[in-house]
Amino acid sequence: MQILLLALRRLAASLPTLLLILVGLFLLLQLAPGDTVDALIAQMGGGDPAMAEQLRTFYGLDAPVVVQLGRYLLRLVTLDLGFSAIYGKPVAEVILERLPVTLLLMASALSFAFAAGMALGVVAARRVNRWPDTLISTLGLVFYATPSFWFGMMGIVVFAVRLSWLPAGGFEEIGSGNAGLTRVLDIAWHLVLPVATLALTYLATYLRIMRASMLEVLTLDFVRTARAKGLGETAVVLRHVLRNALLPGVTLMGLQAGTMLGGSVVVESVFALPGLGRLAYESVVQRDVNTLLGIVFVSALLVIAINFIVDMLYAKLDPRIVSGR
Amino acid sequence: MLGFLRRYMRNPAAVIGLLLVLAVIGMAVSAPFVFPRDPLSLAGRPLQWPMDNPRFWLGTDNTGRDIAAQIFHGARVSLLIGLVATVIAIVIGIVIGAVSGFYGGWVDDVLMRVTEAFQTLPNFILLLVLVAVFGSDITFVTIAIGIVSWPPSARLTRAEFLSLRNREFVQACRVLGMRDAQIIFREILPNALPPVIVYASVIMAVAILLESALAFLNLSDPNVPSWGNLIGAGRGVLRVQWYVSAIPGVVILLTVLGVSLVGQGLNDALNPRLRGR
Repeated sequence: MQILLLALRRLAASLPTLLLILVGLFLLLQLAPGDTVDALIAQMGGGDPAMAEQLRTFYGLDAPVVVQLGRYLLRLVTLDLGFSAIYGKPVAEVILERLPVTLLLMASALSFAFAAGMALGVVAARRVNRWPDTLISTLGLVFYATPSFWFGMMGIVVFAVRLSWLPAGGFEEIGSGNAGLTRVLDIAWHLVLPVATLALTYLATYLRIMRASMLEVLTLDFVRTARAKGLGETAVVLRHVLRNALLPGVTLMGLQAGTMLGGSVVVESVFALPGLGRLAYESVVQRDVNTLLGIVFVSALLVIAINFIVDMLYAKLDPRIVSGR
Repeated sequence: MLGFLRRYMRNPAAVIGLLLVLAVIGMAVSAPFVFPRDPLSLAGRPLQWPMDNPRFWLGTDNTGRDIAAQIFHGARVSLLIGLVATVIAIVIGIVIGAVSGFYGGWVDDVLMRVTEAFQTLPNFILLLVLVAVFGSDITFVTIAIGIVSWPPSARLTRAEFLSLRNREFVQACRVLGMRDAQIIFREILPNALPPVIVYASVIMAVAILLESALAFLNLSDPNVPSWGNLIGAGRGVLRVQWYVSAIPGVVILLTVLGVSLVGQGLNDALNPRLRGR
């Protein structure tokens, strides 16, 4: 219960941040050349100034900026994100269609990066400064320096074009009529390369953090006590060290949620996945400002939600955090 | 200083990093002499494989431009973007972090809220928004990358200032009647700087990656020979002529690796006790 209260307090603290983001972005987009009416008229293939004025009044664009901002924020409270002129439906609908793909991609990549980074970090820390450590640490550095989109493209060349083991892109086989388990397997098969691509950079970070914090925790007194009472090395690492060494990694997970969402823009473009990231890219290219603002709003919400979960997880792993206050 | 150099040079990874960075700088400096022609102009038959034609030892891309020339000139673009964006990010970060950590109170609250706002927004998505608003001119792209990268350096500077602001030497300065600006920039900042400088290598590595990702999506300046642009161009012929995308990717990888290794080497040399971690 206390955990929940603490996390809720943190959640409430993020509301001003959210407001700041929205106001900042709204004002920023005022600087953009052209407004919704210009975009609409361009789509209709031109129109006279009188009609443009009428449309501006209709959309409330003739009001002062402050009034428009107020209206915009009021609409957001009711989760009304406006209308996308390009897709011809409400922005909320467009985003909801695309959200599951991105969530699936991010969740898989995050779990994979976290699990693999943790395992490799533990192995590296157990063999510190010997060849397994050197090998793993070097790999980590190389992964960190690899542009993810390039890794994805090379993955396509090797695994899709040369070996034809995996599909080169897409979310599922279109028109195959798959349902149930076959569909799940088909989607999983399509997501192998994108998930690996997105996970790569984060894997490297988790690996480094995990290795450093393992080394740190291994020198603490309670580890010596555990050894002194005759516990085997595996038991010491799994039961005593790991749990304490996990904390920095979990913190990082919250911090990186945003970066990962940004990374999915590129990965979804490489693999032609119909997700939120690709939508962000498309709305930049098509100057669909409403959709872009909506995506930013949703991704900020997503980051705040992930941090909320991380807070809960953190308190679960280390009870001192709750009782300390 | 000499001891610092010796410690740095004893670390093989740091030396490799330094060599990589020097190689990229060498490429950037020598580009106009080795490849005096415009790297974006037509050089020969398109899609010649590397080594096929002795004139184009890295081959040509799908529009017949010399890949080696684009790699050399691209080094200038990437280094310039990386450096300028890093300087922008570090300067914004230092000013905000210093003021926030030095004054505390409501100033700190407000500035940290702003920092949090920037950290809550996925930085690549914010970058997309900035590019959508201001266009993809190379100057704007560089500034935009700087703008999305400053929050960590602000937090780092703030933390250093928080631990330094009540030290005796600062109190001595106050007693001497120095102005706040003097205390912040002349007295505290030099002591707070080392970790921020080390962190600059991370910002630079990320800045180079951000620009290449933007270029890959065709959202960066198409009129400069950047590595990301070349990877993007190679996308259309990926299935057969994969080398067009592969070569610039390897170069980006080595550059970012070099920059990170130098940063790590600096860190180890500055904190000798932490080595081996």
